[in-house]
Amino acid sequence: MNAHQNDTPILRAEHFIKYLTGRKILDDCSISMRPGDVKVLIGPSGAGKSTFLQCINCLLEPDQGEIWLGDHRVDVKNTKELCDLRQRVGMIFQEFNLFDHLTAENNVALALRKVRGMSRADALERAHAELARVGLGDKAKLYPAQLSGGQKQRVAIARALAMDPTILLLDEPTSALDPELVGEVLTVIRDLAAHGMPMIMVTHQMEFARAVATEILFMEAGKVIEQGSPEELLAPGAQTRTQNFCTRLHDLCGESVPEEQERN
Amino acid sequence: MHILSTIIEAFPYILQGTLVTVVLVAGALTLGFCLGVPMAVTQVYAPRPFAMLLSFYVWFFRGVPVLLLLFLFYYGLFGLMGLEVGTIGASCIVLGMTSAAYQSQIFRGSIQSLPAGQFKAGRALGMTDLQTIRNVILPQALRLSIPGWSNEYSILLKDSAMCFALGTPEIMARTHFVASRTYEHLPLYITAGLIYFAITMAGVTLLRRLERKARIPGYSNSGM
Ligand SMILES: Nc1ncnc2c1ncn2[C@@H]1O[C@H](COP(=O)(O)OP(=O)(O)O)[C@@H](O)[C@H]1O
Ligand SMILES: [Mg+2]
Repeated sequence: MNAHQNDTPILRAEHFIKYLTGRKILDDCSISMRPGDVKVLIGPSGAGKSTFLQCINCLLEPDQGEIWLGDHRVDVKNTKELCDLRQRVGMIFQEFNLFDHLTAENNVALALRKVRGMSRADALERAHAELARVGLGDKAKLYPAQLSGGQKQRVAIARALAMDPTILLLDEPTSALDPELVGEVLTVIRDLAAHGMPMIMVTHQMEFARAVATEILFMEAGKVIEQGSPEELLAPGAQTRTQNFCTRLHDLCGESVPEEQERN
Repeated sequence: MHILSTIIEAFPYILQGTLVTVVLVAGALTLGFCLGVPMAVTQVYAPRPFAMLLSFYVWFFRGVPVLLLLFLFYYGLFGLMGLEVGTIGASCIVLGMTSAAYQSQIFRGSIQSLPAGQFKAGRALGMTDLQTIRNVILPQALRLSIPGWSNEYSILLKDSAMCFALGTPEIMARTHFVASRTYEHLPLYITAGLIYFAITMAGVTLLRRLERKARIPGYSNSGM
């Protein structure tokens, strides 16, 4: 992994500015991802973390800013380039967003068939492999309503991985889960990180962030105001906003981390 | 005894009218569906001018009595356009266009009741908007639309009696024809009413069954 550290970034989001209903939600936010990078985005509710993530795969079109895949600047007005970008940047949502009318296997297979043009049989075969990878090999025929929250989120991860993304965006993937189900999802994510999958993750699981993140970005009021390795930002006695914020999280909720319930 | 024989004699004749009514309703519902789905999608997802154009369409067809629309198109517009569609064709088209206005609003409501995350998830996988609508949004929205659609079916079936005014040989027209000759109004109109009732029930029951079959496993529909 370290051998890659000097390569050109696989993805850069540069100088994003985004207005929503007249308010500036993102104010010059940038992020750059190299192979193996796991960046954790934290900050108070309403800071713009979800907006930032959704601008990166252009679910929300930034009003200003550039998206670069390798050394190619993505033209988001071009439908084909836009769809390519979204294929290469997988996204995991807080509330899973599984297709409710499809079985787990078909949730994974749908985009393989429609976007990749794979045959039904090939797509299902790939879907089974991805489901097995997240430990759900035996749940392929179940519908989302028949799965637990943790299982739903793992299907969502399998669905994203099936598109062979070069990077994953995760928006509070465990915030909607019952506490006892958080572990199974984090295990899958930790495993992906260990295999070098580049990720940008919004989370308030600070132990997890400390263990997995190569960098932490602290956002507030639409700006990235601190940025650095977990060791720097979270060192005992480090007088950083990040440290301060995490201490408050900790004080409020003890060991368990608050479940943010705002809509994305 | 005389009454019974009148009914028995008239029955095949009225039954042929039943066939016409069924064709009218099936045709109009199909046309309404084929127009209503893209209309709903346009109203929800297309740029404002397109959506407004359709709002105008819906406003017009919902705001004017079916009987007036039948006359307007059959005697007026179709003539101007040089369209020779006959009474059955004209009835089908007018009922279908009216139904499209109502059906589009049923589908629009269903589409808008889906969580926004469904569309986002489709896009996030690299599907185009159309692919997402076709494979993610509509399969779910149409399921939700079945109860409303069943309503539309039963209303349209009874609206079809209005086509009698164009001389379309459907149940109502034929019953009226026999009744005005035999003067057996009461038994004949009761018979016609029972036929309408039977078709309504058959259709509604069928749609109920479809609704149950299309239900997504794991979801409760008990409302609790
Ligand atoms: N669709 C929207 N329209 C208007 N304002 C929005 C919309 N989505 C989010 N916002 C606002 O943008 C700000 C940032 O939201 P968000 O990115 O969801 O924050 P975070 O994920 O950090 O909690 C919030 O103040 C929120 O109210
Ligand atoms: Mg958020």
